[in-house]
Amino acid sequence: MTDLEAGRTERLLPVRGGVALQRYRDVLIALVAFVVLASLPLFTGSKALLDFVIRCSAYGLFATSLNLLVGYTGLTSFGHGMFFGLGAYGFGLIMQKLAVPIPVAFIATLTITAVVAAVIGAICVRLKEIYFAFVTLAFQMLIHSTILSWASFTGGDQGLRGGIPRPAFLGIDLSNHVHLYVTSCALLVLGLLAMRQIAQSPFGYTLRMIRDNAARASFLGIDVWRAKLTVFVLAALFAAMGGMVMALFVSGAYPEFAYWTISGEGIFINMLGGVSTFLGPMVGTVLFLLLNDTVTRFTEYHGIVLGVVILFFALGLRKGLLDFVAEWAARRRETGEGR
Amino acid sequence: MLEIRNLAKSFGGVKATNDVTLDFPDGSLTAVIGPNGAGKSTFFNLITGALKPDTGQVLLDGVDLAGRSPPEIVRHGIGRAFQVASIFKSLTVQETMLAAVSADQHSSSVLHKRFPLPEARDRAEHVMELLGLASKRQRTAATLSHGDQKLLDIALALVLEPKVLLLDEPTAGMGPEERWRMIDKVRELWETQRITVVFIEHDMDIVFKIAPKIVVLCYGRILATGTPDEIRNNSAVIDAYLGTEHAGAAA
Repeated sequence: MTDLEAGRTERLLPVRGGVALQRYRDVLIALVAFVVLASLPLFTGSKALLDFVIRCSAYGLFATSLNLLVGYTGLTSFGHGMFFGLGAYGFGLIMQKLAVPIPVAFIATLTITAVVAAVIGAICVRLKEIYFAFVTLAFQMLIHSTILSWASFTGGDQGLRGGIPRPAFLGIDLSNHVHLYVTSCALLVLGLLAMRQIAQSPFGYTLRMIRDNAARASFLGIDVWRAKLTVFVLAALFAAMGGMVMALFVSGAYPEFAYWTISGEGIFINMLGGVSTFLGPMVGTVLFLLLNDTVTRFTEYHGIVLGVVILFFALGLRKGLLDFVAEWAARRRETGEGR
Repeated sequence: MLEIRNLAKSFGGVKATNDVTLDFPDGSLTAVIGPNGAGKSTFFNLITGALKPDTGQVLLDGVDLAGRSPPEIVRHGIGRAFQVASIFKSLTVQETMLAAVSADQHSSSVLHKRFPLPEARDRAEHVMELLGLASKRQRTAATLSHGDQKLLDIALALVLEPKVLLLDEPTAGMGPEERWRMIDKVRELWETQRITVVFIEHDMDIVFKIAPKIVVLCYGRILATGTPDEIRNNSAVIDAYLGTEHAGAAA
């Protein structure tokens, strides 16, 4: 396995003003990233490229939220994809059945996800390692079978058909491709910024302590169970956000969104990009989707190719791509200081 | 004042702690000794909430803490360090200290601010200075030497500003020189911080030299309590633990 320890390469700045600066720096990076992404349609008419970025937004939100659990807290969830599916279905169903404005459906879906995640989390986070992984997987399959068998409500194996209505709000018309693109980018950047804040907050360091040594953390007066449940629910919210972007993109929701393979892809992405840095899963997402798109174009046996790649990363490198970059940078810094 | 009243704990038929009653006055330094399996670590686990006692009381300034959870007991002022250094391997020394202070200041679940919080700095700084870890603040805990890891473990307990500090074999796994350095540090902490310190120790030279009061446990019971001289000459202790001159060092 790779070293599942997020935030190891990020060090505190020794200066006193460092903390505030760090925050401004993150906001600045986010703003620049958003401006660059949002201005992309001005330079290219390629619908395929914009579609690619929208899919990156959906998967990136999902994979980064999974890293909050896997990398920062040491909770390896094999069922995180259920919240991706829940987001897509919740949003799609609310829009189809209730015809409310999009922001209302967005908030409502997040609320539902929070409640469901709190119930499932309350059962799961007490369990250790492999038991946690398997019980989350079991809940994922439970939700997937519910979607399949409750055909009158969810459309069964056909999924939510007939399109999701996308009425304009605040001058944003999500049935317009460019509007949808810019909104996806905004959600991605805001979501990443919020998750970055969680990771670098005192709570984020509580998560690292629990990952390293939960027993000791409790001797410091930390309520381990409560902290784990909190991060489980928070991560579920961002996964649901990713699911909603996906539902908007395909204008529907399909049982595959809630299938265990989505969780597997999330883990795969985290291994590709690396979990020791915050942006590792985002890099992994871009790699994964690029790989997926190119490989499926050449062969129908894309599963074999992806499998070989994951074996290469897991057994050969034992790290994700960004882990390497971070370690290389750390080594350079050290030798620089040594001189 | 820490008062232990009729504390008992059994595992199956084995009485690991058997009707132990002890007083630790404020600001005292006490060594707990005894042969392997005497119930020393169990005794600490019962006080700190890692194990629930079957019967008995653990009174800290009159409040009974027996059977409460570790976080609660820590908040009441009983801190502990572990036999095998129990630290956060991927955090730096400084991060460890800051995070521990944050936990103590009830801000371990704060989401909207950046770590570290300014109010945590002074206490973290103070304890790092106290234990001589300040120059290693940027080192990741996993890369510290064994002795420094033990110091960091003690620092973690101390940074919570406990009234009572329990040290489970602070010198375990150390060479002779490192042992004395560590125990001098412990004694210095006790003198400067004016807290109640209870420590488990196997090295009799160390115990007789620095502990004003010694408790001897054997099969979960108190065999004897007293000053080093009293213990040295106590016939029950000699039989069970220290051994006679003729029997050699049976310990």
